[in-house]
Amino acid sequence: MSTHVEVRPGAYADSVALLQVSREVQQVAGVAAAQVAMATALNLEVLAKMGFDLPASTPNDMVVAIRLDDDAALGAALAAVETALTRRSRSTETATEPHRTTATALLDAPGAIVLVSTPGASAAVEAMDALAAGHDVMLFSDNVPVAHEVALKTYAAQHGLLVMGPDCGTAVVDGLGLGFANAVEPGPVGIVAASGTGCQQVLCLLDHAGVGVTHALGVGGRDLSAEIGGAATREALRRLDADPAVERIVVVSKPPAPEVAADLEQYAAGLGTPVSWALLGAGRLDLTAASEDLLAEKPTWPVDGQARPSAGPVRGYYVGGTLAAEARQILDEGAEVIDFGDDEYTRGRAHPMIDPTLRLERIAEVGDGVLLLDVVLGHGAEPDPAERLAPAVRAAVERGVAVVVACVGTRHDPQHRERQVAALVEVGAEVHLSHAGAARRALEVSRG
Amino acid sequence: MVDVVSVGTDVLADAVAEQAAGVERVDWRPPVPGTEDDLATVALDPLRPGANEQALAAMLAVQARLVDVRPAGEVLGLEPGRFLHAGPPIAWEQASGPLRGALMGAAALEGLVEDPEDAAERFARGDFTLEPCHHHASVGPMAGVVSPSMWMWVLEDPASGRRTHCTLNEGLGKVLRYGAYSPEVIERLRWMNDVLGPWLRVGVTQSEPVDVTGILTQMLQMGDEAHNRNRAGTLMLLRDLMPAMIRAEGDQSDQADLAEVVRFVGANDHFFLNLAMPACKLALDAARDIEGSTMVVAMARNGTEFGIQTAGTGEEWFTGPAQVADGLFLGDYGPEDANPDIGDSAITETAGLGGFAMATAPAIVRLVGGTVPDALATTRRMREITLGENPRWSIPVLDFDGTPSGIDVARVCRTGILPQINTGMAGAVAGVGQVGAGLVTPPAEIFPAALAALAARTRARVR
Repeated sequence: MSTHVEVRPGAYADSVALLQVSREVQQVAGVAAAQVAMATALNLEVLAKMGFDLPASTPNDMVVAIRLDDDAALGAALAAVETALTRRSRSTETATEPHRTTATALLDAPGAIVLVSTPGASAAVEAMDALAAGHDVMLFSDNVPVAHEVALKTYAAQHGLLVMGPDCGTAVVDGLGLGFANAVEPGPVGIVAASGTGCQQVLCLLDHAGVGVTHALGVGGRDLSAEIGGAATREALRRLDADPAVERIVVVSKPPAPEVAADLEQYAAGLGTPVSWALLGAGRLDLTAASEDLLAEKPTWPVDGQARPSAGPVRGYYVGGTLAAEARQILDEGAEVIDFGDDEYTRGRAHPMIDPTLRLERIAEVGDGVLLLDVVLGHGAEPDPAERLAPAVRAAVERGVAVVVACVGTRHDPQHRERQVAALVEVGAEVHLSHAGAARRALEVSRG
Repeated sequence: MVDVVSVGTDVLADAVAEQAAGVERVDWRPPVPGTEDDLATVALDPLRPGANEQALAAMLAVQARLVDVRPAGEVLGLEPGRFLHAGPPIAWEQASGPLRGALMGAAALEGLVEDPEDAAERFARGDFTLEPCHHHASVGPMAGVVSPSMWMWVLEDPASGRRTHCTLNEGLGKVLRYGAYSPEVIERLRWMNDVLGPWLRVGVTQSEPVDVTGILTQMLQMGDEAHNRNRAGTLMLLRDLMPAMIRAEGDQSDQADLAEVVRFVGANDHFFLNLAMPACKLALDAARDIEGSTMVVAMARNGTEFGIQTAGTGEEWFTGPAQVADGLFLGDYGPEDANPDIGDSAITETAGLGGFAMATAPAIVRLVGGTVPDALATTRRMREITLGENPRWSIPVLDFDGTPSGIDVARVCRTGILPQINTGMAGAVAGVGQVGAGLVTPPAEIFPAALAALAARTRARVR
């Protein structure tokens, strides 16, 4: 046991640096205690309490005081003092941590649209950040409580902001696709849609007919209910009406609550841009007919390949909810129609437009009749749906099943509709662009 | 150019990026467990956006001026036998070592007992009253004990006439606020009452009111974060007060005393802390009692509990056990010697200084063995839990960004990011004094508790 005390006149480091130095020296093997400090009265008191003999010094001197268990460690201890004192600051990466909330992310993003896809219980919190900062929101999240939707849309209406959603799968804003959206040319039509895949079907049919769409604003499936009162639809109509690029507006939705319908029709009548209503449901138009109404001339919707007649039941297995609903409307009662995007199939799983596993498993079990499928392309959807679907279709056809597919997409989509269609036709599927056309054809084929 | 801010699944952000649009991705994570409903309730409270805007603006508008310095008995009407302390309310039985030590020393200073050791019994018997500084428009560092004879700075908001108060800083080491009560501690306090206070009063009352908020602006550009580093602020205060003190005549003409006063203040790097703190409280008190606001208006510790108050919940304290700081220790002291977090000085962080302004005082980050990038990251991270920035208090190294200001209870619960506080550490045993310094956070559970109270008020109001 020995002690080493030295005074270094004129040496200086600030007290925080010296605390750090002391701590490092204390960790050297063989060092029992160490204190490197400026010789202030307080520090001298500390040194005295630690049992060191105090040297003559002034407060401008540095004191290095070390007590050793092992005398041989002195060299290592003094070397550690030097290392710690002369260490240059590490040049660590100064990468900025990502923002943790929408509110703070928006500080760097004036004018941005906010796309919320958190779990439903937290979605309103992020959406409100956006609205409070004056930004429009697309709420992709599902399972958002109605009360949250009412509160968000009330605030948005008071501030001239748009809440697209909740459970809004598709939007096109100024040509930019949000969520699951097809790549279409800009043009004279503006869409207001309470349905994601319904909106996609209309986008793709119009694109095929050479009619562009500048905006497709989603509003969420509940917007035209009595509780929500069409708040987002009204704001979307106002936006589209104000845009000189939009010459014609179509609203794609299930039939609204009567009081909401009356209210919105009155509002629409006061706009300068003509508004048509594609209201879907039993006894009403299908999406294809609604799209045809927008066109001067009814086009021939493309059909590729040809299914062989196969008497038996029609089974409709869907990734798109509105398409499934349309199938139920067109097919015989009792036809099996499954929407794999329904909550029951998505708890803890990605949407089937991203993860097709469940539907593929189900397809493999079909041994007769007709399989009616949708393939929905566009941004956000899986990069090559035919890659996994084609082998399943081939196997089904080989089992004697007729396969009719509605492939909702455009030639500009990242998956390239032509390529998807070719891959499916090659394995024996008949592929339509119009889903209503595909469903009617499936019925026909099933009659043998 | 950011076209879309995406919060949630990356697939959707990728789909936007694929279209050659600019996407900013939020690093969203689930909130503190059990807070989803309360967060939604508070987020959708129609009063909240305006209330928080109002609270932040009120805080930022306050310009604190030093208008007087006088004994606590005169400025607060504090009578012998009544003591103020740091943090939320506490009884002697629950008081920690340093708080007890400071109270015992103060009792001796006031002549209520001969020997500080005799005071413990009197406090235990309930002979004396304990009240939080915060309940008397005051703040106190560490134990924060105030007794009638102690001199207090008086700060005023000229716009409203409101005032806040704080004692004079004793320096470091064996001092009352760290729980030391040895004869030299009491002797220093007597000198502060008899010599320092009256001399400072000459400086304060015979000068233009010192612009404390303005000094804070300047010191932040000089390497102080105004909690653990107050060097520049202290010297600027001396600069402002000395001319009047040097000119003084009559009773205050003893030049030896003046020299000692100037030496004492100049040698105490923390002297200005006791002005920074009441300046922060003056600003934050302007944001109190704003229904619907989720902004924190006080963070304070009494050595046993850490408490917060919010703008939207009146005088209610939300408390949890105070934590032990992580840092460096003086001499042979180690973590086992440290008392849990103590002091009203976290009012500086509440106002956007201290840990929140870490980027402007890189030396402080080394208290926990960090780096300069850590300091920058800390200030940026605190921006995630604050309502805004203080344009008056800007940080050169962050391209003159303002300090993150106005802690939002909801954002703390959303992100799980706790306010970072720079602090000194008191010895756990009464009488020991300071044992180190370091960084500490509040106990996490007090923020969900405050959020629940805010949400309950919202529900009661909205229904």
